[in-house]
Amino acid sequence: MPVPTLAPITHILPLTTIRRERLLPVPGKVVVRKGQKVSASETLAEVDLTPEHLLLDLGRGLGISADAVDETVQCRIGDLLAEGDIIAGPVGLARRVVRAPKRGRVVLVGEGQALLALQTAPFELKAGMPGLVVELLSDRGAIIETAGALIQGVWGNGLIDFGLMYVLSKMPDQILTVSQLDVSMRGAVILGGHVGDVEVLNTAADLPLRGLILGSMNPELIPTALRVSFPVSFMDGFGHRSMSQAAFRLLSTNERREVSINAEPWDPYTGARPEVVIQLPATGEPPEPRVALFFRVDQTVRVVKAPYAGMTGKINSLEPGLQVFPSGLRAKAAEINLENGENVLLPIANLEVIE
Amino acid sequence: MTTSLIDADSLLVIDIGTAATRAILFDVVDGRYRFLAMGTGPTTDIAPYRDIREGVRQALDQLQLITSRVFVGSDENLIIPSAPDGTGVDTCAVVMSAGAPLKMVVVGLLEDVSLESARRLADTAYSGVVESISLNDRRRTEARIDLIMRLRPDMILVAGGTEGGASQSVLKLLEPVGLACYLMPEKQRPEVLYIGNEALRDEVQVSLKNIVNLHFAPNARPSLEMERLGSAQVELGNIYRRVRARQIQGVEELDKWAGGRLMPSAAAFGRIVQFLSRSYASSKGVLGVDIGAAATTIAAAFEDELRLGVYPQYGLGRGLANLLKYIPLGQITRWVLTDTSESYVREYIQNKALYPLSVPASAEDMAIEQALARQLLQASLKHSVAGFPAGLKSSFDGLLPWFKIIVASGSVLTKAPSLGQALLMLLDGLQPVGTATLGLDTNHLAPALGAAAGINPVLTVQVLDSGTFQYLGSVISPVGSSPVGTTVLRVKLQREGGNDSTLEVKQGSLEVLPLQSGKTATLHLQPLHRYDVGMGGPGRGGRLTVHGGSLGVIIDARGRPLQPPSDLGRRRELYRKWLWTLGG
Repeated sequence: MPVPTLAPITHILPLTTIRRERLLPVPGKVVVRKGQKVSASETLAEVDLTPEHLLLDLGRGLGISADAVDETVQCRIGDLLAEGDIIAGPVGLARRVVRAPKRGRVVLVGEGQALLALQTAPFELKAGMPGLVVELLSDRGAIIETAGALIQGVWGNGLIDFGLMYVLSKMPDQILTVSQLDVSMRGAVILGGHVGDVEVLNTAADLPLRGLILGSMNPELIPTALRVSFPVSFMDGFGHRSMSQAAFRLLSTNERREVSINAEPWDPYTGARPEVVIQLPATGEPPEPRVALFFRVDQTVRVVKAPYAGMTGKINSLEPGLQVFPSGLRAKAAEINLENGENVLLPIANLEVIE
Repeated sequence: MTTSLIDADSLLVIDIGTAATRAILFDVVDGRYRFLAMGTGPTTDIAPYRDIREGVRQALDQLQLITSRVFVGSDENLIIPSAPDGTGVDTCAVVMSAGAPLKMVVVGLLEDVSLESARRLADTAYSGVVESISLNDRRRTEARIDLIMRLRPDMILVAGGTEGGASQSVLKLLEPVGLACYLMPEKQRPEVLYIGNEALRDEVQVSLKNIVNLHFAPNARPSLEMERLGSAQVELGNIYRRVRARQIQGVEELDKWAGGRLMPSAAAFGRIVQFLSRSYASSKGVLGVDIGAAATTIAAAFEDELRLGVYPQYGLGRGLANLLKYIPLGQITRWVLTDTSESYVREYIQNKALYPLSVPASAEDMAIEQALARQLLQASLKHSVAGFPAGLKSSFDGLLPWFKIIVASGSVLTKAPSLGQALLMLLDGLQPVGTATLGLDTNHLAPALGAAAGINPVLTVQVLDSGTFQYLGSVISPVGSSPVGTTVLRVKLQREGGNDSTLEVKQGSLEVLPLQSGKTATLHLQPLHRYDVGMGGPGRGGRLTVHGGSLGVIIDARGRPLQPPSDLGRRRELYRKWLWTLGG
């Protein structure tokens, strides 16, 4: 009896309940309360991820030996010092003191030295989508829930924002050009097909946009996409690939609605991936997306690799044994009825379920 | 050997790879250990499962189906040892390469001494060195503290000070390490492995033991001239297990199944390569290469000396997203045999990183995948060979030293459409010199046998004897300098029972002399123009016994280092010819 094959899933759903566990990488401070409504760019929790310290040599500052410093220290671990506050001293006729050169908290003091943790801008964990805080996760974050459309992508530049969506591509594979962008789009989220020219990203950054949703992107633009100040995410892959019809249809029918883009990178270990959420009114609680599936007949799938990369279709049959492909490779296969009506045999490893 | 002479214990090895989890059963058949069957499942360390036990269970279910034996009890635990009714197994081993590479910070005194050794040690685990701190580092103490805290490494490797050498400067280097760890939340603190001056152990203990999980291994650099990584590698394996148990659900339980012997797959792979090296005691070494999704692994053993390199940046999986930071695109496209644009190759690499389990279905994609395999081997070997001890380095600049046996693993090789394609990838990627026998680990059993070698060496010997590896053949690679078309080697193959073959080998050619698997023959080599075939020096020939393989005896006189023609048409024509010579 053959063992069924687990299927990777990409969600493209017009109405679903979306629950997201949002966690700080290390323990910090949760700044929302249970039951609070949040927007996509609202901070849920914060923590200092880029600490900056100052190590002060008190003995040298006071001109005395390290052994003699301890009894002159005027602060304790945990004290918050303002710039100019005395840390140690005064000593001698000159009444020498060591003052805090910057505002900071004392984290260590002793043996003639003091270590100050300076105040730095904390890392802010954003909600990533609009919704309700349904659960607080002690010191780490919260669970957010909302109802709406969910479209998952494959690549994101790590930023989060939201705004009204303008559709600039009439077809899912249309190339977005500089001439399509103008000042009326400032603060908007743009839906385009493909971006191949770096000037499109630069112009979008000059406006600036609040987000860019694409089907695909030229991989040479990765450094620029990582530099711009708005979220960039694409749904299908690198190279000139058409956005899947399902994603394009769902997104383009929601033109002029507020959409949120969480362009966080795809992390298979945590399950986080770039996604677009369009909050929609719902009666009751729509069903949550399924997260684990086996491949089976009649499922809608997307092809992730050539030939037919980016196309969607339905599984006609799961073939027994191994099949031989034009590359000479032998692999488990499925027959797919593509959206253009063609029936093709493809490796199961090159498919993902769309639902 | 009869069963009475061996402990007839069945062994289950669970191999948790990046993509697949395998449950591999070895047991005694007709008085000898055999590889019996393998069940596979997906590796489920990723979302939504985030627990490797799901994939292990699927692999075991398949193994139970294949063997009609029961391994898992009603309590969902492995039945160990086996019960009188035949259920369960007697011993279990676990090897693992799944999970993101460990983030490692290396600390050492001198850039090209202790720090270099620390980096080499880091290279033996699935890790990426995210920062180095040395004595010459001009950053202030607080900057080093901040750096460590921002990076949040899984592990810090501290080296420095030869035996009887520096002490105060080593302790000074430890200051920011201790302070940074003290300031980090307890559960986020890295493991620290100290491999420096052994005289400082007590002081290091006093400074760090209450702050971090502190581990010690013998000084990796006891003198400037000597490097000693063996024990540190073992300790690194133990730390790997601890970190993975914290990071991935189910690792702790599987480690219990294995009696606390869960080991990194690369270490197990290294062990089997060393095992082969000892078995075939020879002045030449044994080389193992494994192109995996998590990393490319290079293991070179010269009897008791093992050099292991694990390169996550050269894996054929998610790590490909950053590959072009390490390898220029042109180094990859020079091996592509189809009319493919550079931009498509770039897209292919990035899309493969997004979908690491996808496979090349078109001829063009297969050509890119095979080009990647060639270049990943070259890049990994370059790192590895640089770390070989001086006495083991090749006398030919930038080339491999002499190896007697080369074993290759990784599905891009073992699942290549033909053996000829697999061999050409290996010859191009490794560019061996002299005479070597090439084998393919077609069932990906090498790490399992390496794990077994630590528990039941008899099993390893007997399973290896049973033809675990598919031997492609003996490869003769003469090295020298002559224009293409010059005769550089005369070869005579004397098969058992007659039917001799002779051949004049020309520079630039690839030739095959058929010799069936299981047959042996005497090969006479007479190099010309001072070509070296590894028989004692330039121009020196002789005779040797060769064993048949799937492809026979191969003479690769295409030149070292091999430069594929830059013209696509010429390149394609040559490869078509060479592939035809190798049987397609």
